[in-house]
Amino acid sequence: MPEIKVTPLGAGQDVGRSCILVSIGGKNIMLDCGMHMGYNDDRRFPDFSYITQNGRLTEFLDCVIISHFHLDHCGALPFMSEMVGYDGPIYMTHPTKAICPILLEDFRKITVDKKGETNFFTSQMIKDCMKKVVPLNLHQTVQVDDELEIKAYYAGHVLGAAMVQIKVGSESVVYTGDYNMTPDRHLGAAWIDKCRPDILISESTYATTIRDSKRCRERDFLKKVHESIERGGKVLIPVFALGRAQELCILLETFWERMNLKAPIYFSTGLTEKANHYYKLFITWTNQKIRKTFVQRNMFEFKHIKAFDRSYADNPGPMVVFATPGMLHAGQSLQIFKKWAGNEKNMVIMPGYCVQGTIGHKILNGQRKLEMEGRSTLDVKLQVEYMSFSAHADAKGIMQLIRMAEPRNMLLVHGEAVKMEFLKGKIEQEFSIDCHMPANGETATVTTNPSVPVDISLNLLKREMALGGPLPDPKKPRTMHGTLIMKENSLKLVSSEQALKELGLNEHQLRFTCRVQLQDPHSDPDTLNRIYTHLKSVLKGYTIQHLPDGTVMVESIVIKVSSSAEDTSTKVLLLSWSYQVKHFYFYNVISSNTRAVKRLILIAINRQISIVNHD
Amino acid sequence: MAAHLKKRVYEEFSRVVQIPQEEAPAKKLRLSKPSKSAALHIDLCKATNSTDALQYLLHFARKPVEVESVEGVVRILLEHYYKETDNSVRLKIASLLGLLSKTQGFSPDCIVDDAINTLNNEKSHQVLAQLLDTLLVIGTQLPESPTVRQRLIEMACKHLSDTYFGVRNKCLKLLGCLGMADTPLTKDNDGPGASLGGVRDIQSIISDFFGDQDPRVRTAAIKAMVGHRRHLVFLCVCVCVQACRLLSDDYEQVRSAAVQMVWVLSQLYPESIVPIPSSNEEIRLVDDAFGKISHMVSDGSWMVRVQAAKTLGSMLQVSHHFLEQTLDKKLMSDLRRKRTAHERAKELFTSGEFSSGRKWADDAPKEKLDTNTVNLIASGACGAFVHGLEDEMFEVRIAAVEALSQLARSSASFAEKCLDFLVDMFNDEIEEVRLQSIHVLREISTHITLREDQLDTVLAVLEDSSRDIREALHELICYTNVSTKECIQLALLELLKNLNKYPTDRNSVWKCLKFLGSRHPTLVLPLVPELLSTHPYFDTPEPDMDDPAYIAVLVLVFNAAKSCPTMPALFSDHTFRHYAYLRDSLSHLVPPLRLPGNGLDLVDSRCGSGSVESAQLFLQQSLNRVSTIQNLEAPGAQDLLNFTIRDLQRLGELQTELAGAADFCATYLRCQLLLMKALQEKLWNMAVPLCLKQNVTATAAAQQILEETYKLEFLYSGLESRQVATIHHVRLQAKALQLILTARTRQGLDPLISSCEKFLQDIESFQRLFVAELPHLQDSFVDKLLELMPRLSSCKPVEMVKILLATLRLSGLLQLRLPEQIHRATATIIEPTGESDNPLRFTTGLVVALDIDATLEHVQDPQNTVKVQVLYPDGQSHVIHPKPSDFRKPGPDRHRLITQVYLSHTAWTEPSQIEVRLLLAYSSSSTSLSSSSASKLGWSDSIDSLPPPEAAVEGTIPFSKPVKVYIMPKPARR
Repeated sequence: MPEIKVTPLGAGQDVGRSCILVSIGGKNIMLDCGMHMGYNDDRRFPDFSYITQNGRLTEFLDCVIISHFHLDHCGALPFMSEMVGYDGPIYMTHPTKAICPILLEDFRKITVDKKGETNFFTSQMIKDCMKKVVPLNLHQTVQVDDELEIKAYYAGHVLGAAMVQIKVGSESVVYTGDYNMTPDRHLGAAWIDKCRPDILISESTYATTIRDSKRCRERDFLKKVHESIERGGKVLIPVFALGRAQELCILLETFWERMNLKAPIYFSTGLTEKANHYYKLFITWTNQKIRKTFVQRNMFEFKHIKAFDRSYADNPGPMVVFATPGMLHAGQSLQIFKKWAGNEKNMVIMPGYCVQGTIGHKILNGQRKLEMEGRSTLDVKLQVEYMSFSAHADAKGIMQLIRMAEPRNMLLVHGEAVKMEFLKGKIEQEFSIDCHMPANGETATVTTNPSVPVDISLNLLKREMALGGPLPDPKKPRTMHGTLIMKENSLKLVSSEQALKELGLNEHQLRFTCRVQLQDPHSDPDTLNRIYTHLKSVLKGYTIQHLPDGTVMVESIVIKVSSSAEDTSTKVLLLSWSYQVKHFYFYNVISSNTRAVKRLILIAINRQISIVNHD
Repeated sequence: MAAHLKKRVYEEFSRVVQIPQEEAPAKKLRLSKPSKSAALHIDLCKATNSTDALQYLLHFARKPVEVESVEGVVRILLEHYYKETDNSVRLKIASLLGLLSKTQGFSPDCIVDDAINTLNNEKSHQVLAQLLDTLLVIGTQLPESPTVRQRLIEMACKHLSDTYFGVRNKCLKLLGCLGMADTPLTKDNDGPGASLGGVRDIQSIISDFFGDQDPRVRTAAIKAMVGHRRHLVFLCVCVCVQACRLLSDDYEQVRSAAVQMVWVLSQLYPESIVPIPSSNEEIRLVDDAFGKISHMVSDGSWMVRVQAAKTLGSMLQVSHHFLEQTLDKKLMSDLRRKRTAHERAKELFTSGEFSSGRKWADDAPKEKLDTNTVNLIASGACGAFVHGLEDEMFEVRIAAVEALSQLARSSASFAEKCLDFLVDMFNDEIEEVRLQSIHVLREISTHITLREDQLDTVLAVLEDSSRDIREALHELICYTNVSTKECIQLALLELLKNLNKYPTDRNSVWKCLKFLGSRHPTLVLPLVPELLSTHPYFDTPEPDMDDPAYIAVLVLVFNAAKSCPTMPALFSDHTFRHYAYLRDSLSHLVPPLRLPGNGLDLVDSRCGSGSVESAQLFLQQSLNRVSTIQNLEAPGAQDLLNFTIRDLQRLGELQTELAGAADFCATYLRCQLLLMKALQEKLWNMAVPLCLKQNVTATAAAQQILEETYKLEFLYSGLESRQVATIHHVRLQAKALQLILTARTRQGLDPLISSCEKFLQDIESFQRLFVAELPHLQDSFVDKLLELMPRLSSCKPVEMVKILLATLRLSGLLQLRLPEQIHRATATIIEPTGESDNPLRFTTGLVVALDIDATLEHVQDPQNTVKVQVLYPDGQSHVIHPKPSDFRKPGPDRHRLITQVYLSHTAWTEPSQIEVRLLLAYSSSSTSLSSSSASKLGWSDSIDSLPPPEAAVEGTIPFSKPVKVYIMPKPARR
């Protein structure tokens, strides 16, 4: 039986460093090639030596597919393609291709320029890597080679995030990447058709969470900001540059527009500006509202949000500032925080999760006195708020996707083992399908039962259809006659005549005969004549011929009479029928006419001349 | 067979050819029309190839065919059909047959045989499908003939096994439309063998195709079943099961149709009990269906989602338990139960603590959940609306909001529950959805009382920059119940903020506070000292009476005081004075109050509810009194008219309900009065040459009467044709007067002759338009003229003028009968107010935009009739047509015009005032002829056959008070 093998090199029972190997129908595909945020050593990148110890990866991989531009999904790409060595195609969507190098370059700068690491990929490597990228469009089927085809579906999550369907013959795998089943202010919801893949590889970040409606969250957020602004306070929102930042920008921008507010909103510059440019370009990847209104006004052309300058932080009056990084551990957001922390009118809103040890984590836990470097302390008087704006599917969303795609098997990645366990149980219970959750390096194997397509000649099909009763019932299998020819890797179903012709064989006639003895004093031709007239009267509706050579033909059955040498009154009746008749008799498929004829003949003879027959 | 057909066709054809010959002697204008079939025949014979033939047919299809020639045309078409080898031409012919059978008054039973005949011989699948479609048309045209129906159904069953999906589709459609429950019900012997020989019942035939391989056929089968269901009265559980299976079909059209079928089933048999699979419980069918359709709200296709959401709204019989599940969503975080934000808000509210600001772990999950009890796949109706309201497509969200509103209106407790969700929708990204949810909340607000936190969210929307949203919200607040005095205070505060930010909302905010006050008098009472800033010991300064915010507060307090007699005791002196002032200036907002030591209440109590009838009576009496005037020259008639007009005008001012009617009567009587005065001028007794100069007043009167009649006709809505006739009658009198005057002044016969002819035409058109009304016009001017008509049309102009004068003087006053409801179209310009002293400055040659905001009442079709006129001081005037999108319709008979007009002028030295007013445009052809011209004939495009419209009189009536705007065009600086 053919098998599909899935081996996660990263993101198996873990979050980060997504890299999954899939072997399907003799093809090897790498899904995502990410880095781990938590490590700074070799564990940062997936272990490519699993694929090959030495030598280039090109021989082992047919293609690489990147689902979206987050670094834990594409961070190791230049390392793999340039330093380990891979020259095959890399597939990603257009927005991902546009934004991915910006983030990679930023990542490189921080690692090499700031932390001073050596033996890291260079800017040139990023460029070279991006040259190998083949862009994908949504719902476009791309032929990687003759057999392997891939197709991208919308995934929500971030701009350009895609789910991919990989198909070889009739076997298929769907990889979701990260996805979001609830639409937000700038992205739509993930969608897939009922493609019934053999395996659905899904992320499971929020496997044990069912989230509240997004409206409550949004309303809370806006209310907080609005109240603070009305009080004359300043609001700091630490964000990571791409993804949720745009969501919050849109949210505030539309709110400002609606409520006619005048307080300035600033965005700390940097890579965001470049990225925002791409957001403006890829309108087709956004949600309904932005797509519909961009002709009048592109929503990413912010009217109220302006670039931030360091000196603005000291300006009097209310303002909202988006600053990077998101966990308040360094950079501009920390500087601004220090400036504003002393005033209780101000507010900081943390829109995401903060790692332990960062200032963000400390203040979220209610710490009001912070020790800064240089033994100084900082009194935190400003309000601290937490708002979760995550763009992953929750448990319900995952189930909804499974319901949409109807896979035969499930495979969970990109989540914690304990949480996966719960979801696995649920999936197996609700859908009664197998669910796998391999750890990194473990291989999950799924045997498939692919259907083998066979070409059938149109004539044969039409003939069979004409024979059948009403329309074929699609729910029931139906037998038909033909010859299966396997020739040069292709299968063909043709009529037997054509098969004979093609193979250059002669047709062999196979006939069955049966002798029946009966007592009849008449001469041979008379007996035959009597049988003929009798059959004629009994078998109405069948063609019965009396041939001049002393035989009677009933359809294709031949009847001959000969008298035995010793006793002229003992006549031997010779019945002969072809193989097909017998065949039909056994299978009783298309018509039982001939069989009926034969039986009738026998009965007729029996009754007339009352002789035992032994058929 | 073919030979027989041919023969038959020729027979038929020979019969047809004679039709034009037979009808040839009848010399009518439409002589050419019956020869249509012959022309078509010739055309088709001429056609050398199929393209030509198709062209002819297409051309032919654009023209209407008379009932009498339909059959001939059909024969011709059929003949060509048999001869034609090209599929597309046959297809077109088949479709034409269907089209022709639809002709009004034509009974298609004569072509049933032929159609069925063609069907039997047809090989092309497309043409077969089209023919079946034609049969369907024929079948629907002959609903009373069971034999035809039976034959058609047999045909459909025969072709059901066709391999082409289109044919199967049409067969199913035919079965669905024509199959009746009573036709072939052989249900009793529906054994295994019955299907072979006997007829099976249509339902099972259709349901066989639920499993067809083609999704289009499956859809058609479901639709046929739904159509068929309307005739059926028995339930077949298997259909129900099949329907449910189809809900998970791969194709969206099938799912969408299946949703509809499940809905139909649930509406037909809501109370049937169905078993739940994999358990031995049973539930009502309607509940089961509700659960299944709810499930479809999270379908993959948004079309299906929209349909499912819409359908949910109409399932009102669903039980309570299921209904409430639709809003249920159990939250979970790391396998711990979490409360929703709604629940938390409610808890905070009930515990007395409110809005403390969120802490980091505020929403921390509580108890640990048992993994077995968590149900991730929503069973039944769970969370359907939660999903629907969060959907990606706004169409789905709107559908969900509408469904919520329908369900909430029928269930108070559900209304209570869905409140939170609706309030959440106020924050939607699409304005349409926000607006819709505000409207919905208003509709269900009779059921609910807003909590403080909910009110807070609602009020936050008051700052929205969209005027529509704010106004919808004001409407909502008008109908809202709140629970505490803090809520009132909050609402007042937010409304005042709104007033401050958007001063144009003034009227709307005041109105809103009026209702808020009258709804919650007891809640306002404890707030009064604070609101009016009175102090037990000290006198506080008197607030500024012109401050809109102070007026807003007073409106709230006075309306509350109406049903709270203890409140006036808390007022300070100046409050009473302000009350008197506001009661006069804003009487629609300030109710009459029973104030201590104040006689005001006596005056106001007169306007009780009973007074409308008495006013009506008075109106009627006045009219009766006037009707006693026998003819226009009777002595004392003028005085009587004068007094009556005065009475009516006063009545209109006092009684707003009758203002329209009273005004209408007064204007009519004024016309009569003018006519009377004009006729009593001395000039009539003088010789013609002497009175050249003196007839100025009479001419002016005639002109004025004409104008007034246009006002009467177009400014008032609710007129019946009787009144219109009366108005036209007055107009005719005025025209006669004009004619007489021209005859007396002008010299020369030529202009006189032409104007005489024109007058005669007027009389004719009057007669044509109001034939039905003529009996009511006994003894009137027109009546007399019509008697004299033969004489008039033959006599000389001078003689005719004499006759006219005599008739005019002798004709009596036509009594006016009032219709039920007459309303006068009115317009009020709210913006600009005309109070500004700051001129609007702009550079000469450039334009400046002036915002106009006006309410229109009782205007029909304002998009076409209402114009804005701008009058410059130098007498220039511009008329501007507002865009249709500038009109909104906030209520019945009410429109709102919010538009911008662009002004420009050459330089002035001083700022000066321009006048802006609204005009009602009319065209005399629009009313009387609209009924006949509006309805176009079936598939005809021959407008040219209509008579040319009469010379229409077009004009405008100013119907709003002009507003002055101060502007200053400055010369451009170099």
